[in-house]
Order: sequence, then C-alpha cells, then structure tokens
Amino acid sequence: MSVFSPRSADGGPIIDFDPVSCCLEIEGLSLAYGETPALRELTLRVPRHRVTAFIGPSGCGKSTLLRALNRLHDLNDEVHLSGRIRLEGQDIHAPEMEVAELRRRVGMVFQAPNPFPMSIYDNVAFGLRLQGGIRKRQLDDVVEWALRSSALWDEVKDRLKSSAWALSGGQQQRLVIARTLAVRPEVLLLDEPASALDPISTLKIEELIRNLKSQLTLVLVTHNMQQAARVSDYTAFLQEGELVEYGTTDTLFTNPRLARTENYITGRMA
Amino acid sequence: MIGRARLPRGEGVWPWLAAGSLALSLLMLAGLLFLLAVRGMGHFWPSPLTLVTLEDGRLLAGQAVREERQPNAAGRERLYLTGNRDLDGAIWRWVAVDEIAEESRPRDLVVLERTRWGSFQGRLLALEERGERVEGEAAWAALQARLQELAALRAERDRLRDEIVVPLVRRMEREPLAEAELARASARIRELQARIAGGRLLLESVDGRRLEQPLEQVLRAWRPNAMSPPAKVAAWGGGVWRFLAEGPRAANSAGGVWPAIFGTVLMVLLMSVVVTPFGVLAAIYLNEIAHQGRLTHLVRIAVRNLAGVPSIVYGVFGLGVFVYGIGGSLDEWFFADQLPSPTFGTGGLLWASLTLALLTLPVVIVATEEGLARVPDHQREGALALGATRVEMLTRVVLPMTAPAMLTGVILAVARAAGEVAPLMLVGVAKLAPQVPVDGDFPFLHLERKFMHLGYHIYDVAFHGSDVQAALPLVYATALLLVLVILVLNLTAIFLRHHLRARHGALPRR
Repeated sequence: MSVFSPRSADGGPIIDFDPVSCCLEIEGLSLAYGETPALRELTLRVPRHRVTAFIGPSGCGKSTLLRALNRLHDLNDEVHLSGRIRLEGQDIHAPEMEVAELRRRVGMVFQAPNPFPMSIYDNVAFGLRLQGGIRKRQLDDVVEWALRSSALWDEVKDRLKSSAWALSGGQQQRLVIARTLAVRPEVLLLDEPASALDPISTLKIEELIRNLKSQLTLVLVTHNMQQAARVSDYTAFLQEGELVEYGTTDTLFTNPRLARTENYITGRMA
Repeated sequence: MIGRARLPRGEGVWPWLAAGSLALSLLMLAGLLFLLAVRGMGHFWPSPLTLVTLEDGRLLAGQAVREERQPNAAGRERLYLTGNRDLDGAIWRWVAVDEIAEESRPRDLVVLERTRWGSFQGRLLALEERGERVEGEAAWAALQARLQELAALRAERDRLRDEIVVPLVRRMEREPLAEAELARASARIRELQARIAGGRLLLESVDGRRLEQPLEQVLRAWRPNAMSPPAKVAAWGGGVWRFLAEGPRAANSAGGVWPAIFGTVLMVLLMSVVVTPFGVLAAIYLNEIAHQGRLTHLVRIAVRNLAGVPSIVYGVFGLGVFVYGIGGSLDEWFFADQLPSPTFGTGGLLWASLTLALLTLPVVIVATEEGLARVPDHQREGALALGATRVEMLTRVVLPMTAPAMLTGVILAVARAAGEVAPLMLVGVAKLAPQVPVDGDFPFLHLERKFMHLGYHIYDVAFHGSDVQAALPLVYATALLLVLVILVLNLTAIFLRHHLRARHGALPRR
C-alpha cells in the first residue's frame, strides 16, 4: 500500500478498488494555476469498464482533474502539478510515456462539439491517419464501426463526404465521440458532453455512454445531477479542489455521508 | 415600421451625417473610375475628323478636343488635334471659335497611323509600288489590301527576331554552331524587310501641301467620317486590344502596355509567393509558439508599426541590401566573368519582388495572426486529444481553418504591392523593357532582368514624354488598367477564399 490511501478531504472513508479492477489511480494529485491552487491532494481510483462521474459546483476543479488525466495541461506553462497518475499501473508522467500515445489511449470529448473543418469521414479518420500505415479498406471499416458505435451511422452514411459543420449540435457531439472511439482508446473522458445540447440529443448521448462502458472506461464531468444519477455507476463529489465524497452513485445520491454533499445534491447550495 | 424607416427618426443629425459621408466617398470613387474610363477608353474611339474653313480662307482638318475661354482673348478658343507633325511642326492647333466660317466632315479624309511623325490627317492621292500607280478611290482600296499584307509581313519578321535571332545571339558565345543558323534567319529577315519596303503614298493635306510617305512607315489607315457605327466599335475594340497586347512605341508615347501588364502581374505573383510563407510562419511563431509575455507583445506592436513605414524607405533598404549587398556578392561568386557589367548587382525582378515582399510582410503577419486567434482553443485541444503532435495540430486543423484569413492578408498585400512605384524605381523597374522576363530561353524565368510596371509607366508617360497633351489619354488608360489588374488579382484571391469558406462553412466568430 502506498502512503496515499484513498480518503476524502475530511479523512472519511471513500470507495476503493483493488489494483486489478481499477483503470486509473490518482495519488496525492495537487495542481495550481500560477499561485492559485485548483486541486489539493486528491487520491482516488477509477474502476475499469464503469462510468465514473465527477460532480461539484463551478470552479471546484472537476474539469481540471479531467484534463490532468490526459496531460492537456502540458501546454500551459502556468500550471504546476504534483502527485501521481497511473494508467493501468503505468505512470503517465514517466519519461518513457509519450504524450501523443497517452492521449490516444485516453480520449477526450469536450463541452462544445468541436468537429474539425473537414468531411464527416475525414473527421473520424483523423486520429487513425495520424498513426499512419493504414489501408483505405481498413480505414473504411473503422470509420463505419466508430460511427455505428456512436449511433450516428444511419444518419450520416449517405453523406460521409459532406462537411461535419453541417450536422446538428447533437450529431456533431456524437461525431466527436466516434472520432475518439476510432483510435480505440482505453479511457474516454467526457467534459460536460451534453451541456450544449437539446434534451433529445442529451438523451441519445447518455444512452451512448451507458452502451460504451462494455468497451472502455468512462469518466464524466457534469453539472447535471440527474445526468450523473442516470448514467454513472460511481460518483465523486468535489468542492474547492478537494475530494469530499466518493462512492457508488446510489449511495451518494440516496444516503450521502456528509451534510454538504446532501446540500449540493438537493440544490440547497449552488 | 422598422422596415420602412431605414434612417431612424428622433436621433438627431448624426445618422444622416454618417450616411452622407458614405455617399460622398462612394460618389468620389465612382467619379474617379468614370473619369479614368471616359478619358482613357475614349482615346481609342475613331472620332470624326472636321474640315474647318476659317474666315480668312485657311483650311485645317482635325479632331476637336476641347474649348476654353482664353483669359486675354475676347471669345472662346477651340483645340484641334491636327496631326501632321512633319508638315506643321506641331500636332495641336488652337482656333478662335469666332474665326470659324464653316465646318464639314468630308468622307474622303483619311487618318494614317505612322511609325514616324505621329498621325497624318488629310487626303490620299495615289499609291505607288514597283512602278505601278493607283489613283483616286482605287488607291484607298489598294492601300487597305497592302496594309493587311504589310501587317502579316511585319508579324513574321518580329516573330523571327524575337523567337530565333535574339535567343541565338544570347547563345552565340557558348555555341559556335549557332552562327550558321543565325545567318539563315538574318537572310530571311532581310528578305521580308525588302518586301515590306518599297511602296510610297502620295498624300495631300487639306490646305494643299503634298507629301510623299514611304508605305513601310504606315501602320493603319482609316476614314473616320465614312465609318459606320459597327466599324467604329470594331476599330475601338482593335485599338483597346493593341493597347493591351502590344509593346510601347515612340518612347512610350504610343503603342501598348503589354510588357508593363506582364511585369506588374509577375512581380506581384512572385511577391505573394515569397511573402505568404514568411508571413504565415512568423504569425504562427508569434501566436502559437512564443511565450505570450511582454517581449512578444512588443514584437507584435513593432510588426504592426512596420506597416506604416514609408515605402521609399523599403526601396532604399532593398537597394542597399538586396541589390548592392546580396546582388553584388552573387555577381562576384557566380558571374565574375561578366563583371564589370552587373547581373544580379543591379535592380531586377527578383530584388523588386523581395523588396515588396518585405513591405507587405506586416500585413500578412497581422491578418494571419488574427485568423489564428479566431480558431477556438477547443479545436486545438480536440486535435491534441486524438494524439496529434503540435505540428500535426497546426498543419491539419489550425492552418486549414486560418487559410481564409491568410488569403485576406495576401489580398491586402497584393493591393498594396501592385500600386507601389517609389521603391521600384530604386530596385529594378525600367522605362522600357520590351522583353518580358519570361521566355523560351533557359532558365525561362529571368529574375535578374529589369521589367516594366504599370505604375511607373504612368509616371513615365505623364512626366517624361515630349507631348503631355498627347500622352494624357494614355495616362488615363494605363491608370484604369492598373486599377483593373489589381481588381482581377484581388477577385482571384477573394474567389479562392470564398471557395475555401464554402467548403466547410464560415469560422464561428468569437
């Protein structure tokens, strides 16, 4: 056992997973933007092939935590990071870990749909083409598989060559998921993936998330309590950069250990 | 309500003021183009030739140009273009309107365009060639036929000279065998020349002075008063075409501007080819790679201010650094056998393009930077999150999205560069360079050659000609052409930009 045992900020117990069934291990992770701390000493484990949700008020650090998992903070000189993150037992900051390779293994979907200014087909093929050495037939197969996996194939199969920007917002977001799935990631990070979408599109995305967990590990950041309750297996509640409570979604939503968790969930605190 | 009242009421005078200044600007712009078009294009119209009888019985034939009230004369005076420099010593004549007894437009008056002495205006009496003499109306028909024949012979002679003799002469030093070929071509040219020479025209001015005109100096002949409107339109079209397609004659005071059009366009294209990659790379460094600190901020301000440096300063820089510095060194290293006559050590197409590229660099940098700043960060992150390196992110996602902005930069650069004259005078423009810098001779594109430029041509024709009055229509026509060339270059880039945007929809504005 390491010195960082999973626990909440007040020292209370949180859910833990044995190393065999956990995908991501976060140990003593602290992060600051310049002088402003954003995450304080987080320690938790994320189980494989499950949906884990991070919830908390705006500015609590949940998006920051998500972006640390695929090292998107690398580009920002202002960010100071300490602690350790392990993907399948491998330190993601280790020198032998290539950042491009890490980001292929840990895919990410952002809040605003961000398809690239190219055709639907080219969007999905983007990541694979970066890796190179793939034949046209194989590429066609992967693109179809990815679009089917994200439940978009039937809607776009006749216009794969048209611009991705012509799709609706919900379709764009599913396209972005397809694009990410095409490189066969082990983990999919979702940063409020449905917050910019209409209710019907939101339902489709949520259904997709539930279906995808048989293939990979999902980590979801959301503002929407009902959404976290609907799709996630485990939920972590963060506040001011600290992990307040982490447990099965059922427990956290029906029987929270702490009063401030209950206040947040029931909407008594913004 | 809103649809009806475009200008809102009850907001005082300022909406009217704003609309008024816009209208005034547009009006001035339209006026400028109208002036250039009327004065420039009207020059090629075969205007009628008036036979004027004065009170004292003197006669003259000319095209009325304009009327003025002379300050010390009682009445108005009218200016006629009378031609016949060889007879009168001048081609213009002021006539007091009061002294004019009669005006008529006889159909038999001819205008001859000649290679020497300018135009002739008067009557054709006879055509003499190889001992045969044709008179009267038959002479006119014979002249028309003979002029067509002459045009074909001249075209063949010029083609031989430009495409065979000139390249051969350039190769002479290296290839001794070229001499025999050259001799054959020269013999053929002499034979053509002999067929061109020989004929004579017997001409008479309206006041009865006679003139013998060698036929080989006559380019075209027409009877403006006998022409039908369609024939006049055809003649006008021919005149405009010759202006566009031919080289200048008579110290730039006649003929066309083709070498200047070609030089302008080629120089602008070369400049764009140079400035675009440099400007885009500089903008990428400033916006994507450099640490966004105080120094980057200072550099950015400096680049913006560079756009305001007077263009002649760039000309001086180009002369000192490109022409004398780099060009001089190139001559010493590679063209030492031709010294002291310089190859690259003098102004030329390459140095002019580079100087203008430097001049327009800030424009491209600023436009590209604005385009880069408008690419949303989540596009960049989306590419990175798929395992793209920073280079892949830039080349595959960010730069394609910035392409329209880059083209905007190039459009602004082209508009500025095509109109610059001052720096070019220092680094390579020529008053007369009938050989365009592209030909069939290796290496096909001759970057060291001097070239002609529309802007400089305007300046040269307007101020360095012997007869400003005669040159003025050409100045207007060339100015109109310069505007059109810039317009066409810009429209090409705008079309390209529109095409790029249409492919994926416009970039969302932030």
